[in-house]
Formats: sequence, structure tokens, C-alpha cells
Amino acid sequence: MIIVEDNDIYPAEVFDEQRQITLDELSRLCGVQTSLILELVEEGVLEPVDMQSGHWSFTGTSIRRVQVAVRLQRDLELNTPGIALALDLLEELEDLRRHMGRL
Amino acid sequence: MEYKDYYKMLGVDRDASEDEIKRAYRKLARKYHPDVSKEPDAEDRFKEVQEAYEVLHDPEKRKAYDSFGNDWQAGQDFRPPPDWEQQGPEQHFSDADFDLGGFSDFFESLFGHGRGRGRRSTHFRASGQDQYARLRISLEDAYRGATRSITLTVPEADAQGGVRQKQRELKVRIPAGVQAGQSIRLKGQGSGGIGGAEAGDLLLEIEYEPHPLFEVRKGDIYLDLPVTPWEAALGGKVTVPTLGGNVNLNIPANSQAGKQLRLKGRGLPGKPPGDQIVRLKIVTPPADTESRRKLYEQMREQMPMNPRADLGV
Repeated sequence: MIIVEDNDIYPAEVFDEQRQITLDELSRLCGVQTSLILELVEEGVLEPVDMQSGHWSFTGTSIRRVQVAVRLQRDLELNTPGIALALDLLEELEDLRRHMGRL
Repeated sequence: MEYKDYYKMLGVDRDASEDEIKRAYRKLARKYHPDVSKEPDAEDRFKEVQEAYEVLHDPEKRKAYDSFGNDWQAGQDFRPPPDWEQQGPEQHFSDADFDLGGFSDFFESLFGHGRGRGRRSTHFRASGQDQYARLRISLEDAYRGATRSITLTVPEADAQGGVRQKQRELKVRIPAGVQAGQSIRLKGQGSGGIGGAEAGDLLLEIEYEPHPLFEVRKGDIYLDLPVTPWEAALGGKVTVPTLGGNVNLNIPANSQAGKQLRLKGRGLPGKPPGDQIVRLKIVTPPADTESRRKLYEQMREQMPMNPRADLGV
């Protein structure tokens, strides 16, 4: 194995709730087809910020949701409704864990 | 290198059928999937399970693996037989795994680079692949910002047109205030493009390490603050830890357990910065001496109350 060390320090660009990205950007950043993103929107997994115009935009945190969806699809062979269910339950679980942690 | 007992990793017998192997894999994959499991070693376990399945579900690889015999113990120093040849499937760029860190040396040296599973969807673009990885950081690093070193395993084309694995270490500046669930992008730090084309981006998904004191929700930090009954009843100044250091907090008189007090702007930095929310938790001194017992008895006589009035009892 070749190991290459790089001593530059790279700046990182943050994708947060405030950051808006277009449908095309989201699909490019996540390396998925726009059709998958449309399916995820249909299933309620993703919510476009602005649904009125023909140009949907999403928040930066949608990237992670798409990534999780892609991994669940790839690793566990879930379909879109399965992904939606898993994500909802995971979020609920996260809330419960947080709550438990405080008890 | 260390011998890997793939059968043991999946918890199946050496004569397990293909179906049994698949069932065992699916079950463990669900259990240890890093997006689902909260076990601290989930990611490593998941990778192990994937590696084991990668070999055992492929009849050719399984046969090759079985040919080493049954006498090896996991962790034992292993050297492949001298006539060993890599018989992995044909190598495809698009099948390479772009996760942080690859399979074990054991796997790599026996089965080489062609590790992609056929059903794994690929999104290959000639302009270099964007890469994704998780980055686990401490809450302190998120608060202050930090420089972290990350190691990427990336496939690289060699002069003969084959593919080899390369490890790249790079340092990334983590911006202060970055939150779990957000992603950060390092432009042009994904894997390189082919024929001099532009490299892809590196996307890192932020995760927090669990913190012994603080809980996080969005940019707000939650802390349970133990107080004495007299601090809660009489009020007064107490010292409270925050990510930015200790601060003084004024507890109003007659505070009850569970009361939430907000330290404005003491959460994660941002626009606007988050708050720290302090929840009071009343702890009582034990009645373990005669004089303490007397004091409690005195309270009972002089301050009768029914704390369960709301419960209708």
C-alpha cells in the first residue's frame, strides 16, 4: 500500500440548514440520479424548500439523508418506502435515546 | 498478516449452505449497519461482515478460501501458499469501494482489488469520483473548530491500466459550529479524474462522539445540572460548565426539578449561535447521621406538602 501524506490544510465548506442547493447539485453531490431524489421527495423522505417553482431547492442537510438512503438501499436492499420507514424510525429512536440519556 | 475466520465472522458452520450464509449476512448487516446501529464498533463490525460475505457468497472465492484448510485460527499469522494467484473477478474502476478504509490486508492480498459487488450501483463519471465518508468529531472540536487528519483509501490506475489501492492522508480544517448531520465538502479532494480530468470532491458527513456531560440538539447544548434542595428553594449563583468554559448561573428561588434555564448564546457557534439549556436536577443529601435525620424530620413537621397532589392521590 502506498501512503501519501499531504501537509496542506484544506478548508471545508459546510452544508447546513441555511445552505440551499438545487436538485441537480444535490444529485451531483450525492452521486445519484435525480430520479432517486424525486422518489425520496415523493415518499416524504426529503422536503424541497421551495416546491412552487419548477426549480426545487433543498437544504444542505438533505445530503446526509440522501447518503443514508443510498447506503440503506445498497447495503440492506431496501426500497424507497422501506427507506422512508427506516429513516422515520431512526429519527424517533434518536429522540428517545437523547431523552433517555437525560433521565 | 492475520488470518480471518470468515465463517466465524458470520456465525455459520464451514459447511453452511449459500442460503444460510446469505441469511446470516443479512441479519448481521442490519444489526451492524452504521446508519442503524449505535454500537461503538458498528462500522468495523459491518465492514468485517461485508468482507466475510464478499468471500463466502462467491463460490469461487469461497472455494479458494476453503483451500487454505480448517486449521487456521482467527488472528494467526498467515501467509498465502506460494502458488497462490489472484483469481478475483476482472477489475473495474467503477466497482471500487470509496469508503474510508478498505477491507483487511488479508482480504486485499488474497482477493485483490476487484471487490465490488455486482448489485452495487455505481455512479462513475470520468471527471473523477466524489467521495463520501463519515467524520466523527468531539463536541469540543465542533465548538472550537479543529484541524483533523483523515486517511482515505483510494483506487488509482497504474501504468499497466490496473488498479491499486493507495492511502492518502490529508488535513482538514473543521469549521467551528459544524453540526452532526451536516456535510462538509473539500473541493477537488475526491479521487482523481482520468486522463487529467478534474478530480471529484470529498464529502464528509459530520457525526459527534458521545459526550459525557452534554447532549446536543441542533445548535443547542443540554446539560442536567445537579443542585441541592436549598439551592433550588432559596436560589443563588452556581457554577455551570459550558463548552466555552465555566459560567455563573443564577438559580431563581423556588425552582423545581426539571426547570430549564437558558444560557443564551452558550451553545454551538453559528448564525445565530445556539443556547445552552440547563435542566435542574435536585439531589438530596442522604439521611445517614442522627443530626441529618433530625433535620429531615423537622422539615416534615414544619413544611408539610403533598408532592403528588397533581396525581390525584
